[in-house]
Amino acid sequence: MTYVITDACVDIMDKSCVRECPVDCIYEGARAMYIQPDECIDCGACVMTCPMDAIVSDSDLMVEEQPFLDRAIEYFSEIGAPGGAKRHGAIGYDHPSVATLIPQTQE
Amino acid sequence: MTGPLRVAVVGAGPAGCYVADALCYEVDRDVRLDIFDRLPTPFGLLRYGVAPDHLKMKSLQRTLQRTLDDPRVRFLGNVQIGTDLNIRDLLESYHAVVYAQGASRDNQLGIPGECLPDSRSATEFVAWYTGHPDSVPSAFSLTASAVAVVGLGNVAVDVTRMLLKDVDLLRGTDIPTPVLEVLADSKVSDVHMLGRRGPAQARWTPKELRELGELPGVDVVVDPADLVLDEASQTAVDADASLGRCLAVLREWAERRPSGAARTLHVHFFVKPVAITGISTVEGLRVERCRLNGNGLLSEGDVDLLEVQMVLKSIGYLGIPMSGVPFDEQQAIIPSVGSRVVRDGRGNLGEYVCGWIGRGARGVLGTNKGDAEDCVKALLTDAPQLLARSIDPRRIDVLLADRGIEVVDLVGWARIEVAESALGRAEGRPRAKIATLDGLLAAAATRADSEMK
Repeated sequence: MTYVITDACVDIMDKSCVRECPVDCIYEGARAMYIQPDECIDCGACVMTCPMDAIVSDSDLMVEEQPFLDRAIEYFSEIGAPGGAKRHGAIGYDHPSVATLIPQTQE
Repeated sequence: MTGPLRVAVVGAGPAGCYVADALCYEVDRDVRLDIFDRLPTPFGLLRYGVAPDHLKMKSLQRTLQRTLDDPRVRFLGNVQIGTDLNIRDLLESYHAVVYAQGASRDNQLGIPGECLPDSRSATEFVAWYTGHPDSVPSAFSLTASAVAVVGLGNVAVDVTRMLLKDVDLLRGTDIPTPVLEVLADSKVSDVHMLGRRGPAQARWTPKELRELGELPGVDVVVDPADLVLDEASQTAVDADASLGRCLAVLREWAERRPSGAARTLHVHFFVKPVAITGISTVEGLRVERCRLNGNGLLSEGDVDLLEVQMVLKSIGYLGIPMSGVPFDEQQAIIPSVGSRVVRDGRGNLGEYVCGWIGRGARGVLGTNKGDAEDCVKALLTDAPQLLARSIDPRRIDVLLADRGIEVVDLVGWARIEVAESALGRAEGRPRAKIATLDGLLAAAATRADSEMK
């Protein structure tokens, strides 16, 4: 079980979630944030604080949202579990499925 | 010449640990923190609040332990600030004091019958099943067949789940052995979870709520009429995805048919407890039907009697005043502005708040991390002035020794962990909690005695 960041974060990156994640498992890409699924302890703090409603529990994902979980798993399959975003610093690049999105602007 | 910045933190719960973590991260090496706790064990509500079956949440302990293991941090457990040491002692020995002791007093319903023996607070129940030293394993005997849980938040959800969950599913946790025995003998068949307001005003979160509906051997009953929203409630749900998800969970429950399961959860909205009935024991909970009226509540006049033999109320927590520290009685918090404690109408240099004692009992565990960052920011802004003060850094250790306080440090805590693991292994589970203060202190001291011999 983990929480998952959806496309609603892309090009917004509000980062309120980072401040409240008790295990600091929300990492910064270039255009979106990513939750490390193995580090997430399922507390839900990020969900409540995200102004974009961009975060969903994997148990709440609808079929069409499933790729967001796959994306997170793939993204961290290379990076691993750094053990804390603040000390690790920004990752700085995105998963291909984010990198290829048309730039989004806030309404 | 100035030495390191010396900071005392009152309370080793998540808020206190996050203050230490943020300070250690921000200040390269010139900082020393002493984290005090009235209990011999650190981690506050993570150890004594988070339910034993929420194992993933419990794994946060590893993160918080890393902070305590930092060489710049000391854990001083079993030290009660206000009794063993007073605030003056702290202010004279440290450049800054952070109050992070939480809010452990229960809010009251203020209705007749609240003092009956089986009218208890959820806090007492949580303290019991988490093995808090303030409780005793005999504090509860679950002889009631029906229980009312008053409150629509995650604590109410936890308490309800512990009452309904098959005891065999709890055997792999660290729950104290005598508590497991009481749960195994439980006569509870019906739990009524209720609150004055509706589903759009409830404070629980979707994952926790959903878990109740997934318990094996438990039927869930919700009246679909309670899930019809007024305009203001609909607006609230539309604006908050979490509320929407909770409502979807409730709507799914409302469509279920009873399967004849051994236990049943009844969820009631818009009912206000008005009296707990019974002469020497709880015989029922009298509730009045309400409806929303803007932010207020109007009585509908209809009164119902729920036949329950135990009432557990979970209607919020209040901070406890501390001698020598300002206290806002109205909000039951230490008054603060920008994390600084307010004395004589303004933020005082050198005294800060973090967590529930500063903001009230609201938010989830992670909320404290952001809170701690704000607190540390304020503290570091004041640091140049704080460092100019003359303090006596050796004084605290002298006072503790003079007063004969049995301080439990990190080594003592490690011994408690070893003892709890051993206790668990003997029963074929990873860990079993030691549920008494004497037991914890004995475990913390064991190896020290044998090493001295």
